[in-house]
Amino acid sequence: MWEYTDKVMDSFFNPHNVGFIEDADGVGEVGSLACGDALTLTFKLDKDGRLADVKFKTFGCASAIASSSVLTDIIRGMTLEDAEKVTNQDIVERLGGLPEQKMHCSVMGQEALVAAIENYRNKGKAAPEKTGTIVCTCFGVTDEEIKKVIREHDLITVEEVTNYCKAGGGCGGCHGQIEDIIEDIQGDRAKVKHPAEPKKPAKLTNIKKIQLVQQTIAEQIRPALRADGGDIELIDVDGNNVIVAFRGMCVQCKMAEFTMKDVIQAKLREFVSDELVVEEQTDSTQQPHQRREGS
Amino acid sequence: MDTIYMDNNATSRVADEVIEEMLPYFGNLYGNPSSMHSFGGQVGKKINQARQRVATLLGCMPEDIIFTSCGTESDNTAIRGALAMARGKRKIITSRVEHPAVLGMCRELANHGYSVVEIGVDKAGRLDLDELKQTVDEDTAIVSIMYANNETGVIFPIDEVCEIVKAKGVIFHTDAVQAVGKIPLNLAKSNIDLLSLSGHKLHAPKGVGVLYIRKGTRLSPYLLGGHQESGKRAGTENVPGIIALGKACELAGQNIEQENTRVKKLRDKLEKTILASCPDSFVNGDIENRLPNTANISFEFIEGEAILLMLNQFGICASSGSACTSGSLEPSHVLRAMGVPFTAAHGSLRLSLSRYNTEEEVDFVAEKLPPVVNRLRELSPFVTS
Repeated sequence: MWEYTDKVMDSFFNPHNVGFIEDADGVGEVGSLACGDALTLTFKLDKDGRLADVKFKTFGCASAIASSSVLTDIIRGMTLEDAEKVTNQDIVERLGGLPEQKMHCSVMGQEALVAAIENYRNKGKAAPEKTGTIVCTCFGVTDEEIKKVIREHDLITVEEVTNYCKAGGGCGGCHGQIEDIIEDIQGDRAKVKHPAEPKKPAKLTNIKKIQLVQQTIAEQIRPALRADGGDIELIDVDGNNVIVAFRGMCVQCKMAEFTMKDVIQAKLREFVSDELVVEEQTDSTQQPHQRREGS
Repeated sequence: MDTIYMDNNATSRVADEVIEEMLPYFGNLYGNPSSMHSFGGQVGKKINQARQRVATLLGCMPEDIIFTSCGTESDNTAIRGALAMARGKRKIITSRVEHPAVLGMCRELANHGYSVVEIGVDKAGRLDLDELKQTVDEDTAIVSIMYANNETGVIFPIDEVCEIVKAKGVIFHTDAVQAVGKIPLNLAKSNIDLLSLSGHKLHAPKGVGVLYIRKGTRLSPYLLGGHQESGKRAGTENVPGIIALGKACELAGQNIEQENTRVKKLRDKLEKTILASCPDSFVNGDIENRLPNTANISFEFIEGEAILLMLNQFGICASSGSACTSGSLEPSHVLRAMGVPFTAAHGSLRLSLSRYNTEEEVDFVAEKLPPVVNRLRELSPFVTS
């Protein structure tokens, strides 16, 4: 059982500011059902530009709900400029601490706030697309987001990065990339271990290529997917076209914007040949996220 | 506040009769069963009695049983021990929904040159027997498939599985930790080579398990040292634990009918009431072939850890397949293998009963759960009112 502080438990059992402001000035939505936590934050400004009303709705564990509750308490009455300066550390302090593995709950609160303010400044238009390139495909975390938590919290291990933003907490296939990012920022202080990687050959015959594709799928891709309850099947290799089918659960995660296909293609290009193109045979296990009407 | 314990697949209450039976062996009957004096010898006799009691419950010979320290040790011993004797064979077959004690070991062996095949399950958690048939071959060193699943309670058709595996002459191990004591087993009528069980799941204390080894099965010992357990498992015996497990098995034999009638009725009532009072909820697992004590229910749009903490306020003990409860970021591997959507896996609740549960407790949980679910749905952004 997690060791939560009394403040976390109290904020979970008796959360403040629960709800959704219908005519809100700003709306921020982060997370998803698939990822296990999600938060919608709405606010209304008074005539002086202060946060007159802030409400939240959260799907998630006790620490996610508690983080949301104290965040709304902290920012109520603030100007947007002051609210922007609130960090996840402020949320953690107000909660009297969170277990390390739950830090991402406080980060999510802070992200929802940023998203809501952006939404207000963009006059209700949809928030701009995420910047950066996706690193963690399981939880849809970009390199920019990873850099941010590393810098803000002086992180030096992959595990710490996972605790703060979930990146690397799924199949583990991105640990190498996260290590590179940590090294870029922290230099010698980074505590990372690079696994040995197969060398890409200079020239490939067709048979060699197919063998290497099989080997890369078997050694680099499948274990990661299997660890996650998913799987990949190699259907065919036709020239530089690699046709695969996905089995399992990875596909229903955050991958609407960043498809698994691109990730596999990147891996195959890294280990086999830059010219490969991955095509996906679609699979019926994808299930759209849905909202429930009425309660 | 009273504790309402409905987490018996995690661990179970030690029976009063069991405590009574083992206590003297923590006290003045501290002899070593291997000693050449009657002070120790009387303990040895008691261990033999325990071995007989376990054998009676399983329908096997007492000499086919070795005592271990837990279910995990039994599983690890079975797999490692069989591999050591199957030289040259490089394939291990298991299922995607095994307990970590088996899955963790197999995945470690995959790093050491073994090819590991994990057989899938369908949406109801039923094993893909066709995939198994196609996969077992002469290169297979061992097949390890659980008897019943700890999370959903789904019972696998072990006799059929065993037939498929033995037709190829391959060693078959089953992790029966959740099955023993809950459903009748008869090893005399089965071809199972190796079977694991754990004491604390059937009202014995923690720290004792059993590995059944069919006569003639070649197995390399995991712990080396003294001659205990006929040289198959070195280390001075956990005497009180073994004696306790013997008694617990005797009681299990007496109560197995109750497990499948009274306890099953309680589980069914609990499940039915919850499903009727909570919209957007459903049972995970094959309801036709399921342990009589287990209910695994998913509640859409809410998260399991939050449900557990709210139930905890009422003294209700249960489990969840949610990511947050395990310390990992992803929900239960069992529910994922079944293709339960992440959305529902995060909101799963496992209630597992025992003969110590009462109808009053069932009514209490059925009354307290729906408001908890409603409360969390009020907080959820995925429910719009």
